[in-house]
Amino acid sequence: MRYSGFRVLKEALTGHKGWRPVWRDPDPQPHYDIVIVGGGGHGLATAYYLARQFHQHKVAVIEKGWIGGGNVGRNTTIIRSNYLLDGNEPFYEFSLKLWEGLEQDFNYNAMVSQRGILNLIHSDAQRDAFTRRGNAMILNGADAELLSAQQVRRTYPFLNFNDARFPIKGGLAQRRGGTVRHDAVAWGYARGADRRGVDILQNCEVTGFRIENGKCLGVETSRGFIAAGKVGVAVAGNSSRIMAKAGMRLPIESHVLQAFVSEGLKPVLPGVITFGAGHFYCSQSDKGGLVFGGDIDGYNSYAQRGNLPVIEDVAEGGMALFPGLGRVRLLRAWGGIMDMSMDGSPIIDHTPIDGLYFNGGWCYGGFKATPASGWCFAHLLATDTLHPTATAYRLDRFQRGRMIDEKGMGAQPNLH
Amino acid sequence: MIIHHPLLGPCDAQEFTYMGDARLIDRPDGMAEGSDAAFHDYAYLRENPAGEHRELWFHEQGDRSWLVVTRNTLTHEITQVELARDVARKQGRSR
Amino acid sequence: MRLRTGGQIDRSTQISFRFDNRWYKGHPGDTLASALLANGVRLMGRSFKYHRPRGPLTAGSDEPNALVELRSGGRQEPNTRATVIELFDGLRAQPQNAWPSLSFDALAINDRLSPVLTAGFYYKTFMWPAAFWEKLYEPIIRRAAGLGSITTKPDPDAYDKGFLHCDLLIIGAGPSGLMAALTAGRAGARVILADEDFRMGGRLNAETFAISDRAGSDWAAQTLAELATLPNLRLMPRTTVFGAFDHGIYGAVERVSDHLPTPPMGKPRQTLWRIYTKRTLLCAGALERPIAFAKNDRPGIMTASALRAYVNRWAAAPADTAAVFTNNDDGHRTAADLIAKGVKVAALIDTRPDAPTIAGTELLAGAQVIDTSGRLGLTGITVKLANGETRKIKTGALGVSGGWNPTVALTCHQRGRPAWDDSIAAFTPAGDLPPGMTVAGAAEGQFSTHAALAGGAAKAAQALDDLGITARTPDLPQAEDAPTKITPFWHVKGDKRAWLDFQNDVTVKDVKLAHQEGFRAVEHLKRYTTLGMATDQGKTSNMGGLAVMAELTGATIAQTGTTMFRPPYTPVAMGALAGRSTGPDFRPTRLTPSHHWAKEQGAEFVEVGMWLRAQWFPRPGEKTWRDTVDREVRATRASVGVCDVTTLGKIDVQGRDAAAFLNRIYCNGFAKLAVGRVRYGLMLREDGIAFDDGTAARLAEDHFVVTTTTANAVAVYRHMEFARQCLWPDMDVQLISTTEAWAQYAIAGPNARKLLQKLVDPAFDISNDAFPFMACAELTICNGCPARLFRISFSGELAYELAVPTRYGDALIRRIMAEGTEFGVTPYGTEALGVMRIEKGHAAGNELNGQTTALNLGMGRMVSDKKDSIGAVLSRREGLNTPDALKLVGLRPKDPQTRIPAGAHLLETGTRTIAAHDLGYVTSACYSPTLDSYIALGFLKAGDTRMGQTLRAASPLTGEDVPIEVTSPHFVDPEGERLRA
Repeated sequence: MRYSGFRVLKEALTGHKGWRPVWRDPDPQPHYDIVIVGGGGHGLATAYYLARQFHQHKVAVIEKGWIGGGNVGRNTTIIRSNYLLDGNEPFYEFSLKLWEGLEQDFNYNAMVSQRGILNLIHSDAQRDAFTRRGNAMILNGADAELLSAQQVRRTYPFLNFNDARFPIKGGLAQRRGGTVRHDAVAWGYARGADRRGVDILQNCEVTGFRIENGKCLGVETSRGFIAAGKVGVAVAGNSSRIMAKAGMRLPIESHVLQAFVSEGLKPVLPGVITFGAGHFYCSQSDKGGLVFGGDIDGYNSYAQRGNLPVIEDVAEGGMALFPGLGRVRLLRAWGGIMDMSMDGSPIIDHTPIDGLYFNGGWCYGGFKATPASGWCFAHLLATDTLHPTATAYRLDRFQRGRMIDEKGMGAQPNLH
Repeated sequence: MIIHHPLLGPCDAQEFTYMGDARLIDRPDGMAEGSDAAFHDYAYLRENPAGEHRELWFHEQGDRSWLVVTRNTLTHEITQVELARDVARKQGRSR
Repeated sequence: MRLRTGGQIDRSTQISFRFDNRWYKGHPGDTLASALLANGVRLMGRSFKYHRPRGPLTAGSDEPNALVELRSGGRQEPNTRATVIELFDGLRAQPQNAWPSLSFDALAINDRLSPVLTAGFYYKTFMWPAAFWEKLYEPIIRRAAGLGSITTKPDPDAYDKGFLHCDLLIIGAGPSGLMAALTAGRAGARVILADEDFRMGGRLNAETFAISDRAGSDWAAQTLAELATLPNLRLMPRTTVFGAFDHGIYGAVERVSDHLPTPPMGKPRQTLWRIYTKRTLLCAGALERPIAFAKNDRPGIMTASALRAYVNRWAAAPADTAAVFTNNDDGHRTAADLIAKGVKVAALIDTRPDAPTIAGTELLAGAQVIDTSGRLGLTGITVKLANGETRKIKTGALGVSGGWNPTVALTCHQRGRPAWDDSIAAFTPAGDLPPGMTVAGAAEGQFSTHAALAGGAAKAAQALDDLGITARTPDLPQAEDAPTKITPFWHVKGDKRAWLDFQNDVTVKDVKLAHQEGFRAVEHLKRYTTLGMATDQGKTSNMGGLAVMAELTGATIAQTGTTMFRPPYTPVAMGALAGRSTGPDFRPTRLTPSHHWAKEQGAEFVEVGMWLRAQWFPRPGEKTWRDTVDREVRATRASVGVCDVTTLGKIDVQGRDAAAFLNRIYCNGFAKLAVGRVRYGLMLREDGIAFDDGTAARLAEDHFVVTTTTANAVAVYRHMEFARQCLWPDMDVQLISTTEAWAQYAIAGPNARKLLQKLVDPAFDISNDAFPFMACAELTICNGCPARLFRISFSGELAYELAVPTRYGDALIRRIMAEGTEFGVTPYGTEALGVMRIEKGHAAGNELNGQTTALNLGMGRMVSDKKDSIGAVLSRREGLNTPDALKLVGLRPKDPQTRIPAGAHLLETGTRTIAAHDLGYVTSACYSPTLDSYIALGFLKAGDTRMGQTLRAASPLTGEDVPIEVTSPHFVDPEGERLRA
């Protein structure tokens, strides 16, 4: 069924009787060519592109709970490609380009809204660093603009320009950045994959991998053994737990990141802003809630919840930047588990086990990467070669000394 | 969270800075043969368990002790707190 | 209308308030909602999506409908629930989400479009053409959406934070909470009793039951009076405990001044409390849930318990005639109370065929409300009787009771997951509650007053027993002990819209559509329909929604489960969470010892981390900062300059193994450094990347002073303590951070020694022979002031750093300036410092950015392979040692007067400005007054092999593209003759 305004009107006039489930609820088949473990954004996108781009149709996505329930369902919805390093920027720019055509491509309105993202600058050294970054973006075909404090003030007159501990000295803007309705991304990919024959198996938990003679033959699940030509794991947040079942240790720690939403407000924030001297970034959803976040709690955790000090820290950052926030009320706080990798960058690669492939280590930047991650992982699964924009995301890069460390914090995941 | 410091009693976790897996105590010998592989595993690979985790916390706003805290990563319950120096010695580290 | 008698309001005092541009009168004790109802106003808001007219659904913090903008200007507070706003004289509130007016709202057109605007319709359209989303569709949607508005003015009020500790935190001061407090308070335990309401007592204030021989509200008041006398017990009304965090820590907000026109002098608006508890007893009661039926959202329709509360507690009736629609016995209480207060009850409609009869009104058993009427307020209802006939009943108010949901939210903030209890048709606390938490009273599903009193006392005694405190359970007063009688009934079937989530306009139809489209998991249901995502977070709506879904899927409610309860329990002002850490106080400000002196000199300051440092010292006649900085550099290089370098980190290292220790911390050798000498040291992280650089001065065999960069002072100290305690615990070495203990000045320039000789006491010889480059000593200056002197140079000049105990720092800078007059001593700031270090080719923060190696910095050979130092092994990895690795180089523009932008990328001339041709980047740039040219440092692929090449520094971001020549990074005095002079 194709979605359109016409279709909505027609259904409205006929009592909405024509709508069908957005994805089927099939029983598992005994064998698939490719099994994707993890029905989050990345897993669903991988399945979608496997079917749409690489003509793989005997594909299943297996999910232990409900699809879209991982970090695609609990993030702060920002998309951007404002990265610094060669290993990252081409990939994230590829992702942003995919976002730009996504809705028409999968016929689902995920509300991709290119409202712009602005990283604020508070010191000369920061301006130098952001200049380098902005130039790297442009060299990679992305858009970037360096704004003066006056220019920032024109768009965001209510920020703290007069009385701030760390005055705003400008900003690095990416106008093509913005926000997306996060849940709809999972649903749109699920719908697109399902229509192309992919089986989406909810409430199906992986309990182990069947590995013989160094080759992965399939997955043991709560709904029985499922044989697979290839198995791709995309379960960021829980990567270590799943890959331990295949006997692997990863360069990853799991950490909790909290995110927040305020009560609904009439439009006040036009785009996404990021405080450069504290932990606070914010956008406003179409429903009116301010969606914001800050730093990870900083300790290993698999609990999808955080603690009060980080909530306070984020509120402090918010108030320091935007003193009018005082009477806005925080409506809801939640937590997601991040695969924090050792250099802050992701991994999309083969594993030492034949037929087992890994996608993870997204830290808290996985949402914006969803389309490219899916595409590149599909590319790897279908062709056994790394996608040209994702050649740096190798598992052995730490052995080889080829880290992709945007923040320069080294092998301490909670600092990335 | 509250960390029961072995010398100072209960302290708010906010006084501490977190580093990670207590296996970072087990630094390989840099002069040994093949130490590059050992250092890779040491610096980069983590068990990252869902459950009991022994981890290093530094009492930065306090007495500047490094502690080994045994904490459950699912519940955040802390079951043991030791001075990292004692742990290191127990594991045979000296000079 | 206001009933003639009763209510816990102060009728002797009248106060005025303004709503929707009209003045009204109320009494102390009123809420905005009760006062408006007493004034005959039922219409208080508009819904989110369809802009339907709405009045209060509840009488508490679970209110989804009656949201207003309270106050104005910087104090404007959107989405404020009229049901919890404590009335004060002069209060002003405005309706929100309605234009042009509350009674005529243009966007109510959405209601007509409701067949189109179903759940998730927007996912299926607005996709063509793609560019129209941002330009057309989304702006329209955004303007229509949102609720209240904020002004963007700063909030003028203050917020405080505080910490509290207790043995037992009791959350909720209803019958169970009061009884628990009495039990624990009398036992002498440290107790906190917190309640969100301004009047403690919970439902007792809204009910007419007797406790012992008096009204429940009187018993509550009397109990509170006793509790107030207990020194070990803290009563916290107006305090919402909003979150249960790890290890018994609870977050709470006390609304200190929200009930006053403005906060009194010195008082905050609100206080955020972090409450550290040993045990917690949740006595949060229960919330009544509505039943969904056609057009069940009109002003005047509310929960039965709200209707009862308005009549009993506030003597306010929404209309002179009311009706009640219920599926349980508790609804009958509402009818009885209304009758007792003289409100006419047109009918009691009970879905149960076997419902008990009641005096004073007609019981319609086995009946259902199937429709309602009244555009801006209820005028009548249509009832389908048990025999299938329909009857229209005129009424201005309808109380609806679908049963009660225990307030389990806080039990679920960690790992608790509520369990379904068929006997009360509700979820009760289950699973792993937050450690230390127990639950009593209605929150536990014990709905009778007697059970609440008994449960509160018993659970409190049990909690104290865990702590080793013996509590005697007080005698239980007599109270009603009626069993809960309910036959679950969730929604009246029909074609018309029946509301589940009132604020977000989610109806039974939307849930059906979600089911039809496969959004059947509760989380999918929520996210697809927005059920439970409004400002009340589903307190009145979630249960109904998931019951309807369970019915559709054929699963039980227990199997269907709930969505996650998350903090905060009710929304919390951002101001309270931020406290006083805002504006200039966002973070502490560290001042250098010369700060006051520098201020007197008219210095401009710059934030460097937490520090404020003098950036430059302008003089009259200087037009731009460049004039100033150029002068400072020239004066320093020509004669002598002075700069406060106190912010550099200082670490005192002592012990027999101090040298051996530093030998492992630094990648270069330190074991053989002679006493009285300083050495430059480079620290690597264990991953082989450069971490920090600085100097280590050996003051004695077993005593070093290590300096770090300003930015890394804390991290380096932490790292060294890690190495000391965790890696080599038996080394005899002690560390202490002395950054704040010593004031330190760089004195640089050809006349530096002459100036210093005037300060250093004559007993000490600082001649070039006696005190050469890289010498250090402890000595005295200015007649006996203890000091440390290091002959080190960041500027490349003959230079020293002179340290004195911090308390002499201010005196020393004044003395230096006085003694240096004859040499024209010039204070210089961070900018001139930066210029001189770039001229000299020293790496700083822009080069030591956590991504670069010793090799990149041109110090590859410093990494010793003769010893085991941190980072050495991993620095040897292949990827960090490629032939085209970045190297630090100097860059000079072909035209000396063209600036090189820092952050520009380096490319070969004639290539396209794309990543494939990227050769490196500019890290630091400045104008060099010494060379009369712009200069820069940068990292360039195989830069050491490109000396003399012409490249370009391209910065498309700033529109610059500058031809440059690659040079040595040491622009000034590459041989180091000046610093050895």
